[in-house]
Amino acid sequence: MTGSATAASAGTQGDNRGYWKRNQRGLAPWIFLAPGMAMFSLYVIYPIIASMWLSFYDWDGLGAKTWLGFQNYTELFDDDAFYTSLKNNIIWLALYMLAVPAGLFVALFLNQTVTGIRIYKSLFFFPFVISQVVVGLIFSWFYAPNFGLFYNLIEWITGTGVAVLADDRYVTYGIIAAGLWPQIAYCMILYLTGLNNVAPDQVEAARLDGARGWKMLWHVILPQLRPATFIAVVVTVIGALRSFDLVSIMTDGGPYGSSRVLSFYMYEQALSEYGYRMGYGAAIAVILFAIMMIFISGFIWKMVRDERGV
Amino acid sequence: MKLSHTSALLCSAAIALMATQAMAQQRTLKYYADFDPAPLAAFEAAILEFEAANPDIDVVLQNFDHEGYKTSIRNFLSADSPDLANWYAGNRMAPFVNSGQFQDVSDVWTDNNLGESLASAKGSMTIDGKQWGVPYTYYQWGIYYNKDAYKQAGVEVPATWAEFIDNCAKFKEAGIDCVTTGTKALWPGAGIFDYMNLRTNGYDFHMELTAGKVAWTDDKVKNTFAEWAKLVEPGYVTANHAALEWQDAASLLVQGKAANYVMGNFAVAVFKDGGMTNDTLGFMTYPEITPGIPRGEEAPTDTIHIPAGAKNVDDAKKFLAFIATADVQTKLNEALGQLPINNQSKVGDDPFLQAGFEMLSTADGGIAQFFDRDAPAEMAKIGMEGFQEFMVKPENVDKILDRLEKARQRIYK
Repeated sequence: MTGSATAASAGTQGDNRGYWKRNQRGLAPWIFLAPGMAMFSLYVIYPIIASMWLSFYDWDGLGAKTWLGFQNYTELFDDDAFYTSLKNNIIWLALYMLAVPAGLFVALFLNQTVTGIRIYKSLFFFPFVISQVVVGLIFSWFYAPNFGLFYNLIEWITGTGVAVLADDRYVTYGIIAAGLWPQIAYCMILYLTGLNNVAPDQVEAARLDGARGWKMLWHVILPQLRPATFIAVVVTVIGALRSFDLVSIMTDGGPYGSSRVLSFYMYEQALSEYGYRMGYGAAIAVILFAIMMIFISGFIWKMVRDERGV
Repeated sequence: MKLSHTSALLCSAAIALMATQAMAQQRTLKYYADFDPAPLAAFEAAILEFEAANPDIDVVLQNFDHEGYKTSIRNFLSADSPDLANWYAGNRMAPFVNSGQFQDVSDVWTDNNLGESLASAKGSMTIDGKQWGVPYTYYQWGIYYNKDAYKQAGVEVPATWAEFIDNCAKFKEAGIDCVTTGTKALWPGAGIFDYMNLRTNGYDFHMELTAGKVAWTDDKVKNTFAEWAKLVEPGYVTANHAALEWQDAASLLVQGKAANYVMGNFAVAVFKDGGMTNDTLGFMTYPEITPGIPRGEEAPTDTIHIPAGAKNVDDAKKFLAFIATADVQTKLNEALGQLPINNQSKVGDDPFLQAGFEMLSTADGGIAQFFDRDAPAEMAKIGMEGFQEFMVKPENVDKILDRLEKARQRIYK
């Protein structure tokens, strides 16, 4: 702001200088931004527009494209598999949020000075470090009928085992439980760094005023953790919406498509062995993008508001 | 300075000359494939033989993993095309043929009289009256069974569907799964459907159904599912099959916890790795359901094609003709543990191969490729999900068939 103002005033003072000299301060930021903007438009903006454009076509990825208009969308809104995926996405969003409070409590629990606390912290962080594929495999074995730990445990308690990943009633919850394991670790690490920055004098003052336990947490600690909470919510929402790897590894969308989420359905339609309906996949991508946009706009709106200091 | 400059020039000219000479001597033939280790070794041996017979051709084989290959073939066919590529027969090659990505190789067939020697696969290699590739192997599907489980339940190997279902009741009493399968990857369930439909309605109807000419809500299809329900509703199929890989189900058969497994012949290696022998593992043709129907069987065929963008078409055709010969197919299939297509080839000593060869050569109905090769990919996916759902919730049959019919009307436009 100040830069362009000075540049403008410099411009009115003397026009005998070269164009670059006159506009240097106004142009410099754009030049510095240019590489980033070029990358952003090429790898983010262009694909978004291209997907939207593609979603009006019927295309198998090889032959000629056929213009369909809104036909892909009308089909989508009459597609049971789409509603299953949408419902699962909503379940994912709601339950994945548990990672935020759970991460907070693990962080509070670990935020103490005991010998070897660093080892415990890293052990708790471990699930986030390992690949989602490994997490998926571990949980698949955990749930596996006949030899899985969880299956045998249920069998021991109730008499009949439940094959979580083969039952359309439980399968999504089973996958979310697997997803929560690393996500809690992620939220925990965010809160642990946040807790490092909690002002000790405020805690001291609150203690003198007689605050302790829940009151201390709610009124003194949590407000100071707001930036950490914000980031934790953002990464969790995004994590829930792009949940793909676990679904792909653990069930491949099954049994009979009941654990699909939108991102997986999009992949299945557009890119999997049995798909190659690029237009239809693009239409799903556009819907998913629209849902994400609701959250992204919310976050951006909040960040802008915070920056303005309102 | 000047001297070294000229010598450098000379030197590079010499290298260029040598390179062109080498090019003239040896034409490369680029071949993309997706072999497992054992077939790969067999193919490498065959390629060496081919190169010995044609010293001016250098075959460069690039091997992909199976799953990756299915995705990458779409990219390399349009971007950087090899001279030869592996694929499958039937409807599975139709998208590439229809979009002009595979070349017509009918001349290879006529010049080498393949119509006679590869007769059994000619139908599945033909689209629009032309042949689009050369098959080198196939393998039978059928029922593999555990002989010990049969002894334990005190039942005989059945000849008809009614006997098979009666046996199932006895297996259930003995605490053995009558039929096992692992449908996590969906396709094992399609094997059961194919046979149910082939035996209930015959090969011709099955082909019409997979080609989208008959409604899924047709009474004949409902009959198939009614017969299938006799197996599913009483719980004769392994519970939780939707969470099992096909290998997991194979271990149930090996352990004697299951009696029968509808599978392809490639599973024999897994059964034998698990400790079964020719004395404990049995093979039978899928039992008759509707009496008098010509017996159709299932035998997926693997093929080699010449992509439209191939640079060395002449040598590629030479290679196809070579792969089609009886001797090469004998050797290849010995290593693959599968059946040669060339009717002059010899079949391995393995009793399961012999049984399969016998079964396929006497199949008077016809030879199907497998559901996901006979039906277009999209229909295959939706269909196989329906079969999986049916085997978990047979009461949903009408809902499933309505869904498949809706998909059929959209896909086969």
